[in-house]
Amino acid sequence: MKQVLAILALLVLAFLFAGLVPMASKPGNGAVGDYYATHGIADNRGSNLVTSIVVNYRGLDTLGEVTVLFLSVMGVGFILRRREGTPKYSPVPASPILNTGANLLFGSILLLGAYIFVHGHLTPGGGFQGGSVIASGVLLLILARRDRELSHDLLAWLESLSGFGYALVGLVGLVVAGSFLANKGVLPLGTWNRLFSAGVIPIIYILIGLKVGAELSTLLDIMIREPAPEGGGH
Amino acid sequence: MDITMVYIGTALALVLVGLGGVLLKRNILKMVLALDIVETGVNLLLIGIGYTPGREAPIVDKTSFFADRAKETVNAANLVDPVPQALVLTAIVIGLGTTALMLSYVIRLYAQKKTLDIREFGRLKW
Repeated sequence: MKQVLAILALLVLAFLFAGLVPMASKPGNGAVGDYYATHGIADNRGSNLVTSIVVNYRGLDTLGEVTVLFLSVMGVGFILRRREGTPKYSPVPASPILNTGANLLFGSILLLGAYIFVHGHLTPGGGFQGGSVIASGVLLLILARRDRELSHDLLAWLESLSGFGYALVGLVGLVVAGSFLANKGVLPLGTWNRLFSAGVIPIIYILIGLKVGAELSTLLDIMIREPAPEGGGH
Repeated sequence: MDITMVYIGTALALVLVGLGGVLLKRNILKMVLALDIVETGVNLLLIGIGYTPGREAPIVDKTSFFADRAKETVNAANLVDPVPQALVLTAIVIGLGTTALMLSYVIRLYAQKKTLDIREFGRLKW
């Protein structure tokens, strides 16, 4: 009975959605999008307009977003915390193939991640994407060296310092140029389409990249070290 | 038929598939996956709304995009809407956070009852 109702509700929803399709697929940009596209270069001189929006025009939102990511990592750590009497994580040693592969690849993955977030204002990509790439490298390392503990102190420091740096850049903008996370007037905007351009945007995106990389690495480490559920406590 | 309508239609179909999964599946892990499918559909929908066929990605890396090179204004009619793309970037990150949180709840729930069937978790406290 419940399933029939659910399917019925889905059919009604499908009917409503069908009316939305022509409405949502109208060509052309919104007024705000048009403003950002037209004046984005003059305002920030960053080639990637999406980065300009995420880091500058809506920089405060991104600060909130980074906080949400931090809170979710904290929540996962709280939910999966080791209780009294739960068995310790007992790893199976990794195969030599994985070990050698991880040794070979970890450096280049780290480099690719850094490249992606350093060039966030020029090419597709940025702090979140580069941080995820770095975390994937750390995942490889965790899987290859299961007997070694990841330094949570180092990650926590990296994470909090980069978060602090983000807020600090915002405050510098408030003091120097009169608005939180201001770009114009804080640093020279540089030449369009060069690495050293777009003022504070690359600095903020590098900090975001480090923060996201550290957070996601912590997340992966917590989840992998969770003991098998057979020994779960009550 | 316009290519944008295909994108929007696919996105809305993904939302329906995901909602169907949430409503009809009993396995908590499959419900989490279904919510992820809803999220993917919503992201694709937002990108589809901002998309206009024939326009390029909002990255001004060629001088031909400029309307006035001296004033640094760009001809916005060549570029797709950058705002939905920025929103989706945020949505993906938040989605990752919520998925991680949901999965760790699933791990906890499984450790308690040794089952993933949602009907076993009827009481408020266990």
